[in-house]
Amino acid sequence: MKNPIIEVHNLTVSYNKRPVLWDVDYELPPGQLIGVLGPNGSGKTTMLKTIMGLIRPDSGFVEVMGKKLDEVRDKVSYVPQRESVDWDFPANVMDVVLMGRYNPKHMFRRLSKEDRELAVAALEKVNMLPFAERQISQLSGGQQQRVFIARALARQADLYLMDEPFAGVDAASEESILELLTGMKAEGKSIMVVHHDLQTARNFFDWIILLNTSLVASGPVNEVFTEQNLQAAYGGKLTVLSQIADLVASKAFPLREKGLQDREKL
Amino acid sequence: MNEFYTILTGSLVAISCSLLGSFLILRKMAMVGDAISHAVLPGIVIAYLLGETREMIPMLIGAAAFGVLTTVLIELFHKKARLQTDASIGITFTFLFALGIILISAFAGQVDLDQDCVLYGDIAMVPLDLWITDAGLNLGPRQVWILGVNLLVVLAFILIGYKGLFITTFHEEYAATVGIAAGFWHYSLMSTVSLTTVVSFESVGAILVVAFLVVPPATAYLLTEKLPVMLGLSALFGVISAILGNMLATWLDGSIAGAMTAVAGGLFLLTFLFSPKQGILMRLKFR
Repeated sequence: MKNPIIEVHNLTVSYNKRPVLWDVDYELPPGQLIGVLGPNGSGKTTMLKTIMGLIRPDSGFVEVMGKKLDEVRDKVSYVPQRESVDWDFPANVMDVVLMGRYNPKHMFRRLSKEDRELAVAALEKVNMLPFAERQISQLSGGQQQRVFIARALARQADLYLMDEPFAGVDAASEESILELLTGMKAEGKSIMVVHHDLQTARNFFDWIILLNTSLVASGPVNEVFTEQNLQAAYGGKLTVLSQIADLVASKAFPLREKGLQDREKL
Repeated sequence: MNEFYTILTGSLVAISCSLLGSFLILRKMAMVGDAISHAVLPGIVIAYLLGETREMIPMLIGAAAFGVLTTVLIELFHKKARLQTDASIGITFTFLFALGIILISAFAGQVDLDQDCVLYGDIAMVPLDLWITDAGLNLGPRQVWILGVNLLVVLAFILIGYKGLFITTFHEEYAATVGIAAGFWHYSLMSTVSLTTVVSFESVGAILVVAFLVVPPATAYLLTEKLPVMLGLSALFGVISAILGNMLATWLDGSIAGAMTAVAGGLFLLTFLFSPKQGILMRLKFR
């Protein structure tokens, strides 16, 4: 592939010696809406976090725009899962969106007028400008999600990695987020989205990565959505067995239940 | 005059502690101050054994070093062993505190240290330890100067580092993806907390330090949803607790630190009941 936006090679990531990603290898074309799909616990979030340098892989490596992430960090923007923060934190919408303008080289400097203008523009794009002064504790799920997306937009990146931006949002928010992503793609941005819904994925994305710890398939949406691939990712005895294993584990060690849930999120 | 110095000491501790405590409770690490105030014991003993003096500076250094070590261990157990922070805090400070006790009992003959004195410094004693220059000039209580300098350090740290503290407290992981050194901010905050705890409990006792780290910030948290306002309010509640606490202690002729802590708790209770936004009474009224 020519000038891949993301390259992942022989990537293996484990958690407590249990592999979450196993020898994953793919390249992604730039300027596309890319969906990452797979059952719960298939390593989707782990993969995004590994690309963002939050998790160190056991083996393999990741390149973004042909370089190490640190060299192109300014051009990459990350939208974490909505549940990963405490929304009762004392901050308003503007405070959060402005975080997108924080630059590690200028941590002791005040934000500029331009930073504020970019934050306002980002809020406008997600139709949240009227809520700029609203406390984040008073937002609906869809609004929280749009605030996170606005924060990512404020970074003016070329590549966006979003973890479940459609999770728990109402139909109106879903539509406006999708519209926004399509618009960003038209501007030449590359967007990689972790998604949980097979039904909508076919219409949302140009390119699909199917994961189930190992890479099942990566390619244009029509090529990937075959019966065989979906069976490999979602069906099959392997998944059922691992579900039973999880169930037994959770019954055997009730105190660890929270840990298991966390692990599923990874 | 003594009363003035008591209130001043209490207020200096209150402001430093409640400003830092605001970040701690938002990071869900409120009890880290409690941990530090106990875990520094071996540091104090070791400093004493090495230096064979009860000079304050070596002891402060020993204590502060163990304070930082405490926060490093807490973070290590939390991140590497994936323990919950509260469990990790519990393990670290009981272990280090026990180490201190063992050191004291093992070297009992050589250590002229009173555990009670280390842990429960007495605010009533502060006005007695005056800083008198060689020329005979009376500059007031030594502790007031130390606590004043510490407050300046805390204020400078929060003002200069506000952005870093804000983003890493809100979401450490996101901060890391932007390229911000989350670890740097974590340990800067923890070192400042460690320093503040050490210099404060020496003058006012551990309980009051822990109370000021947690209670005024928690009270302010109930009243506002803006971080700068929360910082200001918690400092204010801290100072009010110091002033009213001193009055209460005089009236009862009782423990000053106890009274200040009790007032801080009382203010929290009042806020809990009557806060316009989250108060129980308001919620009942609008149900």
